[in-house]
Amino acid sequence: MWGSNAREAHPIFFHHVLKGIRNGAKMLSVDPRRSQTAKFADLWLGLNVGTDIALANGVGKYIVDNNLQNDEFIAHSTQGLDAYIESIQEWTLERTAEVTGLPEYAIAELAEAYATAESAQICWTLGITEHHTGAENVMALCNLSLLTGHVGRYGSGLVPVRGQNNVQGGGDMGALPNKLTGFQDVANDEIRAKFEAAWDCTIPAKPGLHLTLMFEAMEKGELTTVFCIGENPADSEADINHARALLEGLDMLVVQDIFLTRTAEMADVVLPASAGWAETEGTVTNSERRVQRSRKALDPPGDAKDDLEIINMIAEAMQPGWGNPSPEEMWDELRTVSPMHAGMSWERLEEHGGLQWPCPTLDHPGTLYLHGWLWDDDLGGREPAPFTVNEWRPHVDELNDDFPLLMTTGRVLDSYNTGVQSDGYNSPIRSGEALDMNPADAKRLGLVTGDRAEVSSRRATIEMEIRVQPDLPVGLCFTTYHFADTTDTNQLTIEAWDKKSGTAEFKATAINVKPLVAA
Amino acid sequence: MPEIAVTAAEATDAERNAVADSIMLQDPGQISFDAAGPALTFDGDRIARSGQERIFNRRHLLLPVLHDVRDAIGWLSEGGMNEIATALQVPPAEVYGVASFYELFTFEAPSTPDALHVCDDTACRIQGANELKAELSADGYDVHGSPCLGLCEQAPAVFVQRTGEAHVSVRSATKETVVAAIGGAMTNPVAPVPQPAEELTLLRRVHDAAAVDYDGYVVTGGYEALAKAVAMSPAEVVTHVGDAGLTGRGGAAFPTGFKWSAVAGEPGPRHLVVNADESEPGTFKDRVMMEHDPYSLIEAMTIGGYAMGAEQGWIYIRGEYPEATRQLKSVIAEARSKGMLGDNVGGHGFRFDIELRLGAGAYICGEETALLNSIEGYRGEPRNKPPFPTTHGLFGQPTAINNVETMVNVNQIMLLGGEGYATVGTEKSTGTKLFCLSGHVANPGVYEVTYGATLREVIELAGGATGNLKSILMGGAAGSFIGTDMMDVPLTIEDSRENGFALGSGVVMLLNDTVDYDDFVARIAQFFRDESCGQCVPCRVGTVRQGESLLRIREKGSPIDTERKMLDDFAMVMKDSSICGLGHTASGAILSAIDLGLIGGQQ
Amino acid sequence: MTFVDIPVEIRSKVTISVDGEAVDVLEGDTILDACTKAGKTTPTVCYGPTVTPVNACRVCVVELEGSRTLVPSCSRPAEEGMVVKTDTDRVTDNRKMVLEFLATSSDVSQSDEIQGWLGDYKADLDRYDAATTERMTDEVKIEDDLYIRAYDRCVLCYKCVEACGEDAQWTFAIAMSGRGFNNRISTEFDVTLPDSACVYCGNCVAVCPTNALQFKTEFDLRKMGDWRPEDQSVTRTVCSYCGVGCNLDLHVQDNQIVKVDSPMDHSITSGNLCVKGRFGYQYVQNRPDK
Repeated sequence: MWGSNAREAHPIFFHHVLKGIRNGAKMLSVDPRRSQTAKFADLWLGLNVGTDIALANGVGKYIVDNNLQNDEFIAHSTQGLDAYIESIQEWTLERTAEVTGLPEYAIAELAEAYATAESAQICWTLGITEHHTGAENVMALCNLSLLTGHVGRYGSGLVPVRGQNNVQGGGDMGALPNKLTGFQDVANDEIRAKFEAAWDCTIPAKPGLHLTLMFEAMEKGELTTVFCIGENPADSEADINHARALLEGLDMLVVQDIFLTRTAEMADVVLPASAGWAETEGTVTNSERRVQRSRKALDPPGDAKDDLEIINMIAEAMQPGWGNPSPEEMWDELRTVSPMHAGMSWERLEEHGGLQWPCPTLDHPGTLYLHGWLWDDDLGGREPAPFTVNEWRPHVDELNDDFPLLMTTGRVLDSYNTGVQSDGYNSPIRSGEALDMNPADAKRLGLVTGDRAEVSSRRATIEMEIRVQPDLPVGLCFTTYHFADTTDTNQLTIEAWDKKSGTAEFKATAINVKPLVAA
Repeated sequence: MPEIAVTAAEATDAERNAVADSIMLQDPGQISFDAAGPALTFDGDRIARSGQERIFNRRHLLLPVLHDVRDAIGWLSEGGMNEIATALQVPPAEVYGVASFYELFTFEAPSTPDALHVCDDTACRIQGANELKAELSADGYDVHGSPCLGLCEQAPAVFVQRTGEAHVSVRSATKETVVAAIGGAMTNPVAPVPQPAEELTLLRRVHDAAAVDYDGYVVTGGYEALAKAVAMSPAEVVTHVGDAGLTGRGGAAFPTGFKWSAVAGEPGPRHLVVNADESEPGTFKDRVMMEHDPYSLIEAMTIGGYAMGAEQGWIYIRGEYPEATRQLKSVIAEARSKGMLGDNVGGHGFRFDIELRLGAGAYICGEETALLNSIEGYRGEPRNKPPFPTTHGLFGQPTAINNVETMVNVNQIMLLGGEGYATVGTEKSTGTKLFCLSGHVANPGVYEVTYGATLREVIELAGGATGNLKSILMGGAAGSFIGTDMMDVPLTIEDSRENGFALGSGVVMLLNDTVDYDDFVARIAQFFRDESCGQCVPCRVGTVRQGESLLRIREKGSPIDTERKMLDDFAMVMKDSSICGLGHTASGAILSAIDLGLIGGQQ
Repeated sequence: MTFVDIPVEIRSKVTISVDGEAVDVLEGDTILDACTKAGKTTPTVCYGPTVTPVNACRVCVVELEGSRTLVPSCSRPAEEGMVVKTDTDRVTDNRKMVLEFLATSSDVSQSDEIQGWLGDYKADLDRYDAATTERMTDEVKIEDDLYIRAYDRCVLCYKCVEACGEDAQWTFAIAMSGRGFNNRISTEFDVTLPDSACVYCGNCVAVCPTNALQFKTEFDLRKMGDWRPEDQSVTRTVCSYCGVGCNLDLHVQDNQIVKVDSPMDHSITSGNLCVKGRFGYQYVQNRPDK
């Protein structure tokens, strides 16, 4: 478990991890915090924030130096090993230990455990991706799976655990700047032609913008109108004051949401939607690529409408004759253009309790794991999987005497993202927002749990409650952004972001903490 | 297993020290389990090891640590239990669940540092226990009624559970002797064995005060049996035990040789557990053996360890036996120092050591699988069988569990040879048997007779009944009442069975016509109600319902026929559907008392 | 390419006799599985498909040839050649007594299953004199807005303990405490749930057979006399929070979600949820008009 606190963020996924542990599986946790997940680990490695590439490269070098790699797999199924090996030469145990803050034996133990296991998985979440090197962090982990052959087999693989119920489905459906439905490349003429024929329209070949680029475009004045569906960027973006100013500056902001969120409050037009999971029919796709039916159990309140219906109404207004196709009709149309969904009729989804894509035909059972072809004797003309070279770069927000502490963020068990959903119920275990800090840091600052303090970053200063938390290493603080109404954590975070994925560096903010003297 | 989260309550320094001392001072002799390994390890603030295996390493220390904290502090506080939970990495809900299972632990600060457990069970009840209890309560002592303390021949008895000082049992107790014990007066147990040494086999050393240390034991022929055993192969030793026809003396009469060969045939590591949780009301023979001839048990266990290839022996002794506990502790330490326990026993080239564990007031822990759970640090709830302990015993490993008396017979088998031993007694009941005579009898005590002696002969050995004998409770609360018409039945396994009763643990409690049977039988019902672990429905509820039925007969004049139908139904479901022997036997004495017309009006 | 393939579990066939009929099951299956396969209806209380049976209730007992006592079918593995009887007076009488014991010691009025069996087995509860028959009389514990604990309805089946422990949640917030008739499911030192290690997954509530653990919504509606299962719809959908895709069965009465559970036989959840999935639905019905 690398950069994942699944025990709190994905509790039922973690039940499956626990079943494995109960059956004798070994679990190691790589996380700057000794999280609830790390507490189940046979070995917890509390690395410095943002040193994942250093650790992954160090582990890779240890594996190669000790001849623990899977030579047969590498020769048959991969390419680019030499460049990779050359790139990790600097990551001796000594250097890796120096950068990550981990003892050398622990790095060696991690490498040995992973490389010598009969099957092994690396599971990660936002601890890996919410960095300015997020995509490279992932690639660095992929290298380890290629080195050892822990990919494409039952029980082995790379497991990014999805944070939202349909974030996978959003991508599947084509809500990515460079992809059409079913991860089909928008730049590919043949693909575009297929969709244009089916949809009777022209599709621009140029990829769109992802969220972070949209904000850049707003800043440059290139983007002046935004139609925002089911997202609350006015609370969730890093360096939030800046983001809010940009949203305020738009010519036109349309928000379609089930709540009057902070973003909706800024909007020129608000379209009340209904809750997809309980008030509408449709599908969602989970982390294991399982497409499942979501169903309507409640009538939505007031004038709220199904998202699909709202979009259909807008389409009808733009192009009369569009009509109001049902969710199943739309799904069936999608199956004609997205081969990986073609075998998933609603009937079959019902029957099987969901199916995992790719599922190309009506008699296909769905796909338990991907990349199995790497183990085929004949790769079927496909390119072998490439090793990548990933250079470690420290987090952007530097520590200095003015900002001596590092703050990282994450979720807690009973709350969720900006809290618009999870604030709706009275959780008995909710303790509210606070800045968690190591006892030694707290002592140095003269703080105890419950004290209030002024927390500043290079961008803003806010007031927070302090909670002393021995599971954090010295120098590291932790908080969530579940309670934006009371503690606007994202005023502090940095808008540095990963050029490849567009994900912001929520995990590393340099801060200073000043006790507030009680009046 | 994750790191354990506890409530906000913090331990006092004294509690913290008690936990630390307890863990540090755990018996260094045990071989199979690493008690010293910490539950969690840290390297600075960057490396921690927890994970799945950690908890099990230390869980088995839970009961000893609970004892030590209670003995140092006088009770178990929330903070104290949190400290235990953290130190052993056992969830606090389970620490509390385990602690609250046992009678000897309390969860509120007591008014006085010494808890007085006054036996008000069968034998003591007819010797003035209730009056003594009232007297002590009136004087403001912290008095608890107690089930049988195994001192029936010296009734009434009181177990003084002190704080920060050694516990002590007071025999033939009066208010004055109890007060003296609170003040620190120790009891010097006198062997309550009226027979002279020449009439005794298993008990032959009990009159010899010197036999409780190594030299004295060896002088009286100690360790000769072991010498004979190690001259044979382990398999031959098992064969001798089988040939001897030895059967379990704890109550179930299971063939010991069969059990041993089953365990020896399983892959190791294996365990030998001695059940010294002698709690059947009216039973005190094992206590006498352990107080006066503890080495016999150690030697016999060593032979067992050799025979079965079990390197770890365990004695689970009841917590209310402070004197026997002290004797065993002392001889185990001495045997180690003499090289008779440890890596190379007596230079014979095999490993064997013994870990002593104390119960904490729970009759059910005498049930062998409940006993195993108790050692492992769980509630003393019996396990479902199969699988049996011979394959899945202590820590899931092959385990032989034998009663103290059964075990000590092994020495005799080695000295006589299996076939020689089998010539003693009857064909189906071989060897000698210890009987615990108490109640209305001239000379209460433990008597050893060759199997085949009749009930009358045994009673005559004890000087006969006092008063007008009306019934005899055979086998204790789990046994049954019989009438004087059974006087000429030989006390063998087969003859007793044929006559509808069981010898059980060897209780022969004589009751004359002065006994208030309604009260006496109600006490038996109360005993089962109190001692049912509560795990299975038939026993948890059945033991309550039968007590209520007796109450209705006694206090409301409910017709015996109506209640008898109910009692028969309760008995059926407890017998047929309970998990363990407690439920199976909980109704026997009550129904037999009705059959004999002892309660429920005249028949 | 050489690699270790998916380990395929091979279980051999076991044939046992149930009431004279030969039944084939697989190695590791229980007598209960065989009885079910033979079309027998077996009452069970402490058994559940997702928890390890402690087989404490003993209501599923059957006669097994060669066994002195009856055996619990839910946890006894079927072995080749076993001869099992379920239709004898002995089995019926024992089950009836267990049911009488359950119903005279706890309030089982909210368990439709147990109510049904009490009738099926002709349990005679009237013969127990109310004045002298001790019951569990615990006060209901209402400590938060999510669920209540009414231990006067508890039959001590241990399922909640198993679900909180190694069978699912690994939180260990509750355990059996006390002894005998005084046994109670308890948090550490009997502190309130919010003070305990509880994380409010509600997986204990999901397996409780008698409503001793009950969602506060259901408790409140029943108290008001407004719990109407016949007017409720149950809709299966997918949780709106993280990306694991837990299936939810939403129980809806009057356009309000009144209870959430998850199918026991779904590969993702095995009936288990977390606090958000089970209780975090309120945001769709915090409506100004209500």
